[in-house]
Amino acid sequence: MFLRLLSDVRWRTVSPKWRSTSSSRHMTTSATEPPPISLPAQAQVVICGGGIVGTSVAYHLSKLGWKDIVLLEQGRLAAGSTRFCAGIVSTVRHLSIELKMADYSNKLYQQLEQETGIKTGYVKTGSISLAQTQDRLISLKRIASRLSVMGIPCEIMAPKQVAQLHPLINIHDLVGAMYVPEDAVVSSVDVSLALANAASRNGVQIHERTSISHVMVQKGCVTGVETDRGQIECQYFVNCAGQWAYELGLSNEEPVSIPLHGCEHFYLLTRPLKKPLESNTPTIVDPDGRIYIRSWQGGILSGGFEKNPKPIFTEGRNQLEIQNLHEDWDHFEPLLSSLLRRMPGLEALEIMQLVNCPESFTPDMRCIMGESPTVQGYFVLAGMNSAGTSFGGGAGRYLAEWMVNGCPSENVWPLDLKRFGALQSSRTFLRHRVMEVMPLIYDLKVPRWDFQTGRQLRTSPLYDRLDAQGARWMEKHGFERPKYFVPPGKDLLALDQSKTFYKPDWFDIVGSEVKCCKEAVCVIDMSSFTKFEISSTGDQALEVLQYLFSNDLDVPVGHIVHTGMLNEEGGYENDCSIARLNKRSFFMISPTDQQVHCWAWLKKHMPNDSNLLLEDVTWKYTALNLIGPRAVDVLSELSYVPMTPEHFPSLFCKEMSVGYANGIRVMSMTHTGEPGFMLYIPIEYALHVYNELMSVGQKYGIRNAGYYALRSLRIEKFFAFWGQDLDTFTTPLECGREFRVKLDKGTDFIGRDALMQQKQDGVCKRFTMFILEDHDTDLDLWPWWGEPIYRNGHYVGKTTSSAYSYTLERHVCLGFVQNFDEETREALVVTPDFINRGEYEIDIAGQRFQAKAKLYPFSSLFTQRRRKDEMELSGYHGK
Amino acid sequence: MLESGCCSSFSALSLVTSLPCFPWAAPAALWMLAASCCDRRMCVCPGPRRIAIPVRSSRLPLFSDAMPAPTQLFPLIRNCEIGRIYNTVCYCHHKHLCCLSPHLAHNHLRCAPQKKLATLCPKENFNQFIHARSYVSTPQRFYLTPPQVNSILKANEYSFKVPEFDGKNVSSILGFDSNQLPANAPIEDRRSAATCLQTRGMLLGVFDGHAGCACAQAVSERLFYYIAVSLLPHETLLEIENAVESGRALLPILQWHKHPNDYFSKEASKLYFNSLRTYWQELIDLNTGETTDVKEALINAFKRLDNDISLEAQVGDPNSFLNYLVLRVAFSGATACVAHVDGVDLHIANTGDSRAMLGVQEEDGSWSAVTLSYDHNAQNESEIERVKLEHPKSEEKSVVKQDRLLGLLMPFRAFGDVKFKWSIELQKRVIESGPDQLNDNEYTKFIPPNYHTPPYLTAEPEVIHHKLRPQDKFLVLATDGLWETMHRQDVVRIVGEYLTGVHHQQPIAVGGYKVTLGQMHGLLTERRARISSVFEDQNAATHLIRHAVGNNEFGTVDHERLSKMLSLPEELARMYRDDITIIVVQFNSHIVGACQNEEF
Repeated sequence: MFLRLLSDVRWRTVSPKWRSTSSSRHMTTSATEPPPISLPAQAQVVICGGGIVGTSVAYHLSKLGWKDIVLLEQGRLAAGSTRFCAGIVSTVRHLSIELKMADYSNKLYQQLEQETGIKTGYVKTGSISLAQTQDRLISLKRIASRLSVMGIPCEIMAPKQVAQLHPLINIHDLVGAMYVPEDAVVSSVDVSLALANAASRNGVQIHERTSISHVMVQKGCVTGVETDRGQIECQYFVNCAGQWAYELGLSNEEPVSIPLHGCEHFYLLTRPLKKPLESNTPTIVDPDGRIYIRSWQGGILSGGFEKNPKPIFTEGRNQLEIQNLHEDWDHFEPLLSSLLRRMPGLEALEIMQLVNCPESFTPDMRCIMGESPTVQGYFVLAGMNSAGTSFGGGAGRYLAEWMVNGCPSENVWPLDLKRFGALQSSRTFLRHRVMEVMPLIYDLKVPRWDFQTGRQLRTSPLYDRLDAQGARWMEKHGFERPKYFVPPGKDLLALDQSKTFYKPDWFDIVGSEVKCCKEAVCVIDMSSFTKFEISSTGDQALEVLQYLFSNDLDVPVGHIVHTGMLNEEGGYENDCSIARLNKRSFFMISPTDQQVHCWAWLKKHMPNDSNLLLEDVTWKYTALNLIGPRAVDVLSELSYVPMTPEHFPSLFCKEMSVGYANGIRVMSMTHTGEPGFMLYIPIEYALHVYNELMSVGQKYGIRNAGYYALRSLRIEKFFAFWGQDLDTFTTPLECGREFRVKLDKGTDFIGRDALMQQKQDGVCKRFTMFILEDHDTDLDLWPWWGEPIYRNGHYVGKTTSSAYSYTLERHVCLGFVQNFDEETREALVVTPDFINRGEYEIDIAGQRFQAKAKLYPFSSLFTQRRRKDEMELSGYHGK
Repeated sequence: MLESGCCSSFSALSLVTSLPCFPWAAPAALWMLAASCCDRRMCVCPGPRRIAIPVRSSRLPLFSDAMPAPTQLFPLIRNCEIGRIYNTVCYCHHKHLCCLSPHLAHNHLRCAPQKKLATLCPKENFNQFIHARSYVSTPQRFYLTPPQVNSILKANEYSFKVPEFDGKNVSSILGFDSNQLPANAPIEDRRSAATCLQTRGMLLGVFDGHAGCACAQAVSERLFYYIAVSLLPHETLLEIENAVESGRALLPILQWHKHPNDYFSKEASKLYFNSLRTYWQELIDLNTGETTDVKEALINAFKRLDNDISLEAQVGDPNSFLNYLVLRVAFSGATACVAHVDGVDLHIANTGDSRAMLGVQEEDGSWSAVTLSYDHNAQNESEIERVKLEHPKSEEKSVVKQDRLLGLLMPFRAFGDVKFKWSIELQKRVIESGPDQLNDNEYTKFIPPNYHTPPYLTAEPEVIHHKLRPQDKFLVLATDGLWETMHRQDVVRIVGEYLTGVHHQQPIAVGGYKVTLGQMHGLLTERRARISSVFEDQNAATHLIRHAVGNNEFGTVDHERLSKMLSLPEELARMYRDDITIIVVQFNSHIVGACQNEEF
């Protein structure tokens, strides 16, 4: 209740100018006040939600020059999660886009008071993240090395130094800590009011006590909103409804799936200490104890993310509920114990309140941003995973840029709504998943971590067979994919114990799978890949594809083309392989998580032509990757067709029979650079073909392999993957794929101009392969991704993926190298010479390892050796 | 008697102290025995055996001889196996394996039944499990893990939720939890629960058998039919009789709520049905035209069933299996405590020393126990009085001796036990004409001393009627195995706290009070400790058994103690505890309140 009063008091003192006509009425009859101004009949943008996110979007849109904006709030401004927010602004984030958003928010809030004249409660307290274990310290060091290259000061310190920074803290069980002096606390309510104030000064209309029943959609475009106070026609709609975003999204005739779910979140408020705590006392985050502690009005505010969260509102509830959530002390007990262990001196401190403030969480702990794939003009920004204050400013800015410019100024793919599909919007799935996500906020984030809940949703027909053979699974876009196969009789560590930053326990298992791929033949089930078919009655399909893709698709039937789907800037929206099935139809293979994004992109750019057909055939085919030098033998034995390169050249696609099954699409590519074939098998034949491959392959030493082996193979071959290495800000020229761009193919294509320009100007970043030189695989920390790259001691970029190469017996990291001007920090052109002439180091959690940079893979070395082996083997088998 | 009792007592003592098999059992045994001197109803008998049986060749010393044998035997067997597998290992290695093998055997046994326990019929395997355990009693400490403890405790648990409105009637019962924990092998307790389909109400009962489980089994199968028939109006009886006569489908009388382990004997069903039919035919002939009084119906049913058991044994059956069965039923005995719940009317019919306890929640939230049955044993003055009055003055001293009926039987009322009901002539005649197995049985042949004016024993129940009130939250029916170990007040408190704890644990709110973090922390830690034992069980009866068996002197469950008690080999278990069978019936206070208002 106290906070409610607090916000009310503030509310009145602020006396916002934008409501000056009604402010006096508001003061006297705040409870029954009728809505002051009638709604406009139309607007360019309607924003739903007056929390910190909604107001931030309004603020940034108006800053970017859009004025015709209406913000609707069902209750009062900043009355939802924002009101209860703990108000910590921290840049301690694992994801670089999140880090950037938090950094921007921090800077925004800092100057907001000056800009608007409204007190925001901003205090630069700094934050200290504690490590109770060595692993936690590694995790902090990894963040520290990223923060420092961003120019955000931070310091890894010993426990003793922590004690000097904070008067109450017990340091006996600590191994270290990270201090980020720029982190701050704010009153999130006031920040949100200040943003609203500034926005309204820029012309944004704000209406409280107006709830939206649904968004009106015509022909896949937003046309307006229906509220309890009438309709507003609009071109854009922004769903910033927080907890209610999911329900609101479903309320449309054309539902928009916004997968998020609420969990109760508790924090404790105390009365002031005898010697009141300074307001600039650093915020403590003790992830091992699962709590955060900040100073609050001379006392403390402490909450946490417990192991056993309580999901709420699964059935969808109205707003009233949020006011009436009860304190649950029994539930808070572990966090309270943890707090008293951290600050034993607080025992005598008097409790003021236990606040129950529900927060919304998303299936992957990253917020949801962007335009709906199904409804044009429908934007979303929600699901802040209890970091609304930290992200609100930055996220609002990126979304505003997205709306105004058509794309944000940073790569926000990790946050894009289109990374999810309808398959993540089951209430049961969300309820179960958020119960895993919320504790994860303070769990140790180690490489190759998989969610345990909401699994086995999409599986290949071979799932049971592979599982019985020891497959261990990972999940991508709901699809189960084998990581590796544990041989019979071998046991791996339990899930919890297997968490490590060092060499993992599956090292040898994957090693033997890689070896088998190199020397014999392996089968990898890759059914999760997104598969589309585009066909037309005439040449429409070819025409549209020529326009959408940078490579020349007018190839003879049966050829496969690797090509990027670029945006206007020449950046990769998607990277795919397209097979020309016949004159008029194409088969397109893209990464698993492209299912929604690529579909939306194609739909958006395809002409509305009933003779042009786009079909998602992902579910129709089981994909087996037959990889290795003996794949040829297995397949020719099963099909009685010679499969040698003379008969079946590389990047070729043919429908043929395998075993008894006919109509199998066989493609001579493996996504790794190794020889072999992809088999696209209609699902009813999957088991048959698999069984045949395995039995015939036996004499060639066939075995199952998983994605870890694939990953190791493709990285040592310097193959970039979209979503990991490539993003919407990377052009083909920057990753050495000029040969896949046909600037002079005779037709224009999206991004052509940008690429022409870039070709002329030169590239400012260059995809580079690094081989770690002095890295001990057994003893040193393993690289993951996001490690800073140093050239001659200067920061030049970050890695995007890494893997151990069993062939090179070294770690290989892939990443982008930039050339920053030492004074202006401006990005200069990066030439091959610049790359080749540097001494490189990769920073893994603060420790730098020497690396050798390469712009081209070692392909020749491998092929030579392989040819020699092949000759020997074939000679042997020939007899 | 006294001699043999002492003998077995001694042998038990010597067994546990002399054998290294049960290092943990030794102190426990001494403690138990010490307690038994002051606590137990009799000093002469080592365990709370219901009937002191004259033992000619003491079983226990035999057993103590037999005990180490398997432990020695096992390594040999294992050796052979290992030898077969590792036939290449050198001798010295072999020897080494020899020494290891007991542990291997141990592990092997510990794992194997565990798996079966979960997947196959639990009862059968439970016995195997106990069996297995008696072999694994190697000198190393043996503890059950909490999951093992749970799987033993939960093997027989059963829960039934009554739909609040089944389409015809509202039920004042929310549901019931039941469970049993064997000490005898096989268990001699039985339980039953059924809904009356032709009349209103529900029947629940616990049956404690002695001298075998045959009688308890028969009573658990048959008694509710007798009660239901007694309660049926004339027209329904006619209808049923006509249906049987013309071979039409019968109206179902009872809907049983059974655990898979609660079996019915298929072989005897025809025999039982015929007896039951005779009973309702007589009821039809007797048609009094009056509405059936529940109390009377219960008494009639009890007496009639006991009579039928006795008659069936006298008449015999041409089928030799059935003939032996009816004799075993008649010569063994069983007590019965049955509850009939219909709206606010609760009738308890009790025969013997099981007990019905009502859990009442006072206005302040505390729990108090209201006993709804009288024990029929030597602790009940009026029972002693009754028994003495039924026999000539000359027998006054002999009829109740050492707190037992005729110095032998602990309960003063029971089903079966024809040894205490039939004349000596009848007993001899039946035994002589009976099958050989019966003749060989020492117990059946043995005629109680001072047996002058039979019958000494009756199955007639005492019926108590109670009108349920909203504060009456639950009823506990349990055999004496529970009441021996726990005070009724504790029973009611534990169940009460369990039921409220599970369903609506009172939340803490700070409100306007001054509470420090430290105080709150202390309070929460305490609450947590209290709750943790509750959350392990989904069944109130299981929870109660956990406390009954595992409670330490502070009244909290001690895992170590629980583990010891449950890992007792079957031969010893009976000395430390009796079979425990519990049914906890939960009432629906809203319905009870509503019914009450209607009636007044």
